[in-house]
Amino acid sequence: MSTIAADARLATRTLSRARSSVRLRRYLRNAGTLVLSAVIVVWTLAPLYNMVLISLEPEGDVFTDHIWPRVPSVESFWGVLTQSHWYLEHFWHQFANSLFIGWMVTFFALLFGSLTAFAIGRMRIRHGWLVSNAALLTYVIPASFLAIPFYRIMQNYGLANNPWSVIAALVAFATPYAIFVFQEYGRSIPIEVDESARIDGASPPQIYLRIYLPLMAPALVAVGTYALLLAWNEYLYQFLLLSSKANMTVPVALAQFLSSDQSPWNYMMATAIIYAAPPVAIYYAFRRRMTSGLTMGGVKG
Amino acid sequence: MSSVQQVLAAGPGALNRLRRSVWRRPRHGPELAWAIAFVVPYAAVFLAFVVYPVAYGLWMARDPSLYRELIANPLYAQTVVNTALFVGLGVNVKMFLALLLSGFFMRRRWWIKALLPVYILPWALPSIPAFVSFHWMLIGEEGFVDSVLSAVLGIAGPLWFRDRWLALGANIVAYIWKWMPFWTLTFYAGRTAIPQEIYEAAAVDGASGYRRFAHVILPLLGNLYLVCTLLSTLWTIGDFTTVSLVSEGAPSYSTDVLATLGIHYAFEGAQPALGVAAVMSALPVLIPIVILLMRALQTRETQL
Repeated sequence: MSTIAADARLATRTLSRARSSVRLRRYLRNAGTLVLSAVIVVWTLAPLYNMVLISLEPEGDVFTDHIWPRVPSVESFWGVLTQSHWYLEHFWHQFANSLFIGWMVTFFALLFGSLTAFAIGRMRIRHGWLVSNAALLTYVIPASFLAIPFYRIMQNYGLANNPWSVIAALVAFATPYAIFVFQEYGRSIPIEVDESARIDGASPPQIYLRIYLPLMAPALVAVGTYALLLAWNEYLYQFLLLSSKANMTVPVALAQFLSSDQSPWNYMMATAIIYAAPPVAIYYAFRRRMTSGLTMGGVKG
Repeated sequence: MSSVQQVLAAGPGALNRLRRSVWRRPRHGPELAWAIAFVVPYAAVFLAFVVYPVAYGLWMARDPSLYRELIANPLYAQTVVNTALFVGLGVNVKMFLALLLSGFFMRRRWWIKALLPVYILPWALPSIPAFVSFHWMLIGEEGFVDSVLSAVLGIAGPLWFRDRWLALGANIVAYIWKWMPFWTLTFYAGRTAIPQEIYEAAAVDGASGYRRFAHVILPLLGNLYLVCTLLSTLWTIGDFTTVSLVSEGAPSYSTDVLATLGIHYAFEGAQPALGVAAVMSALPVLIPIVILLMRALQTRETQL
């Protein structure tokens, strides 16, 4: 009798102890993830905080060792927008250059990419696979390794210090991806659509314009975003190929700030934030589509 | 170049499928003329701006004496060591942390869900502003890092860009900061593609924590991990922006990698052929990586 009662008591005690140890472990794990989350937040945001901190400094007060903005001032942002500092006298012009290069790269990558994908995937040109395979080889050689010969070639063509040389390089790098995505996406559109149009007497350009492009709209938007961001984020080719202040883009101007010792750092950081804002907005607007794009290529065979 | 990676990741399978359809229905006559006209613009871009520069680069770096000159300079050996460290440490630490963090982000806690959009910020940010900020954080005693060190711990921080190893470390940290979110998302996508039943079966068998990682996740994600690491290595060998903006090669070119050394030779030293030779000397490493990558992609196809 008594032994059974003792056993039962022991059992409940071990049970409650086990339960409390489970609770403890869960509590510790929660605490662990919280600590890790805090570390990730600090790690991710420190360089961004640094940008904001410096951009909020009033002029001439940048190099003092404090970690909070003491007298926050938006003077530097205003200065960038009104081009009030001599370092920034071409800011809007350079911003327009960046936009121009971005839009042109987007336009030509979409145009050449969709034309090529149409000919290979829809019209099924002989040896078309050779073109798309060769195009993908572009990505085997790092772009920076081609920068020096590319620069020489552009000089020979008389395109040095010309935005079109940058556009040419970036179109060459963006189009293979466009062709690839358009072909993959085009598979979901039945070829019978094209065939019925052909029976109705439509010529290939008509099929391309009236049927193919409207049906490809989602892929065009996705690749267009990609090409725009590629051009916006590129630095090396713009740095090498655009040398005059009037033809420069914002990244090149930003890097020029670094090379001088008397640069107005608050203006530099304000410029950096203004330049970074559009792509960040685009990323967050298209976040779901971008991650689903990742799953498409990265995981599916 | 983020999305570019998925092209290679999904490439050969797609192309093989394509090849089959090509042979089924070739077209002739005026249609063929149109098709060729549609391909010509891109073909012209490819020949003029990809094939021609590659050929021109190989031609510029054809002289063996260039490579003798390159090796005779101790700067080159130092740069090769830097490149190996930058790529080796940068890629592997980044990939391993990304794999672990992708598991962390799988957890169902509201604050972890809220953290993910913050965590991908470095990926969304253009590299130039990000690296300019890194440079400024480490500029010296007035930089943000040293200010924090003196304000919180009361110690004087180092002059980061006066010491080769500290500057090299700064480059690697900035590189990891910028690119880890992208690969974390890739592995996250890979983990979500694993059927939930497999996790459940493993849980029933009593596998959790480390054992689940070693016996369930690694075998399933192993090939994806390999492909991603090879791709990332390929891109990082050609990375110019990080080193050129974070440490700027300081102190005195001792943290240069091959990509920045090539540009320095060509544009500051006015020796373009030597610059091309410097980057071309990475080809013996690049080509095996490409071959390995193709193999890894093929085994993945037979696996799935």
